Amino acid sequence: MSEPVSGKPTKGEPMIKVENLWYKYPRTKKYVLEDISFTVEKGEFVALMGANGAGKTTLCQCLNGVIPNSQGGKVKGRVVVGGLDTQETPISKLAQKVGMVLEDPETQLFTTKVKNEVAFGPENLAIDPDEIMKRIAWALKVVRLEGYEERPPTALSGGQKQRLAIAAALAMKPEIMVLDEPTSQLDPIGTLEVFSVIQDLKEEYGMTIVMATHKSEEIAQFADKVLMLHEGRLVKFAPPREVFQDLELMKLTWTHLPQISELILFLRNNGISLKDFAILKDEGVAMVKEALAGKAGRVAS
Amino acid sequence: MKESRVKSEQRERQVPAGGSEYAIEINNLTFTYPGGFTALKEINLKVKRNEFVGIIGQNGAGKSTLLKNITGLLKPTKGDVIVVGVNTKDSTVADLATRVGFVLQNPDRQLFAPTVEEEVSFGPKNLKLPADEIKQRVQEALGYVGLLEQKDAFPPALSKGDRAKVVIASVLAMRPEVIILDEPTTGQDFRGCHQIMGIASRFHEAGHTVLVVTHHMALVTEYTQRTIVLCNGTVLMDGETREVFSHPEMLRQTFIVPPQITQAGTDLKEALMAARRGWTPRTVLTVKELGEDIVAAMKP
Repeated sequence: MSEPVSGKPTKGEPMIKVENLWYKYPRTKKYVLEDISFTVEKGEFVALMGANGAGKTTLCQCLNGVIPNSQGGKVKGRVVVGGLDTQETPISKLAQKVGMVLEDPETQLFTTKVKNEVAFGPENLAIDPDEIMKRIAWALKVVRLEGYEERPPTALSGGQKQRLAIAAALAMKPEIMVLDEPTSQLDPIGTLEVFSVIQDLKEEYGMTIVMATHKSEEIAQFADKVLMLHEGRLVKFAPPREVFQDLELMKLTWTHLPQISELILFLRNNGISLKDFAILKDEGVAMVKEALAGKAGRVAS
Repeated sequence: MKESRVKSEQRERQVPAGGSEYAIEINNLTFTYPGGFTALKEINLKVKRNEFVGIIGQNGAGKSTLLKNITGLLKPTKGDVIVVGVNTKDSTVADLATRVGFVLQNPDRQLFAPTVEEEVSFGPKNLKLPADEIKQRVQEALGYVGLLEQKDAFPPALSKGDRAKVVIASVLAMRPEVIILDEPTTGQDFRGCHQIMGIASRFHEAGHTVLVVTHHMALVTEYTQRTIVLCNGTVLMDGETREVFSHPEMLRQTFIVPPQITQAGTDLKEALMAARRGWTPRTVLTVKELGEDIVAAMKP
């Protein structure tokens, strides 16, 4: 990236503030979000988790103003992103603050060439053409689509389309990125690459990230916090380690634990209690090694 | 073939004439898109009846193109694809649909009817079957996926997991020999993933052939016996799932890493061998397998 998104990051400044948010879609009776309140600080990466239908996509749309600006429905409470109240700010202005990657990339892509897709956002911000070219090259490299500049997006595979949608959002260099299951169609290394790019953006430029995802192993490794939704309500907002240890909550929300955490639980149920819980592969492996070495020690003596 | 089980599952069906040992035979398949991009290069594959096969590979490796060639949506540029004894070149998509059922990645691209029942009866109706036969097939298919009670529901109003199940039911109502699932768990939560794979497993146990394309490696290692790895339009590896996942360096060429538990098993291999002499730990595919190996190694 050639320039910071918005000056130096200052940690601890709230970038997203949601206060007592209720929302229901037009023509429905039930609220799909009920009394949600939370804040996200500048430079934080929050993973949005919950079963299908818990309200993740709806909450994502509230954060970039699609709700209520173009969706309608009934909103109670307040959503403030980067200092802008989403109910009072036009979506065109919000789009400069908040980059959005939709769940289904096909609904987002519309140009005839990959490079035009990426250029569209920056062009609309009237950014200098040289800078736009740099951003295209950078964003396509990040998502492993170098060499695809002239291809029509329709000729890309499902996963490549998803990468392109991410590149198009990155090229805007927004202060806040909201991503709705951006890696659902990506190969395993592609998934890791997206998470590590997000890590870089967060650390180097203080970008604030909210991502709806089911990928608990990557969440354990990269996210600062997990916001767990269940039937439209916020049921937990805490670091991944704390969330994944709450087994009652995991059961209630049908959350898939990292496999290493499942291994610790399997061993516990089979009479091998390790000293701690693990959410990362390496820490779990180290604990098991220690237990195996302890056994070897006992046998030797 | 587990014929007795097929019958017990009330999925009595005709074994297609010819009775070839293979559900799918692919000989020297090359496929080039109209723009000139060659997505598959001289693919040779044989899938026996009643196999449960995972197909993996990087984005753009050619997985979806391969599936479309098997279902007859695309016809080979060169070579042949033979599905349950019929060459796709000599067959129509409609005819092939009774042999091979295709569950698309996004259920919403496939659903169109106002009720679940109508959605599922659409295929059998097109086969011009008698009304009571259609009714029976719909009942059977909805029972199979556990959606009998939702038969009057409006499909878009169902949860994502249930929408995927409607699509699977509509495919099963055609009583295909083979089902192909293209990234069936994309965007599904944990419960949805296992429900869908559970349905595929039951279909397999009833004697049928299942092919699943996915990026979800933990599902491949948990459910399949054989894995085919595609890379840039060619077959990079093809073998028993355990064997394929014993070669992480090869998988990396096509941007795949084994599931976390398999990696943890590799990291623990030496420690496990030291704790239990004279034993070479296997490549583990599931949490349970690694857990059992550790429990065994911890025994005095």
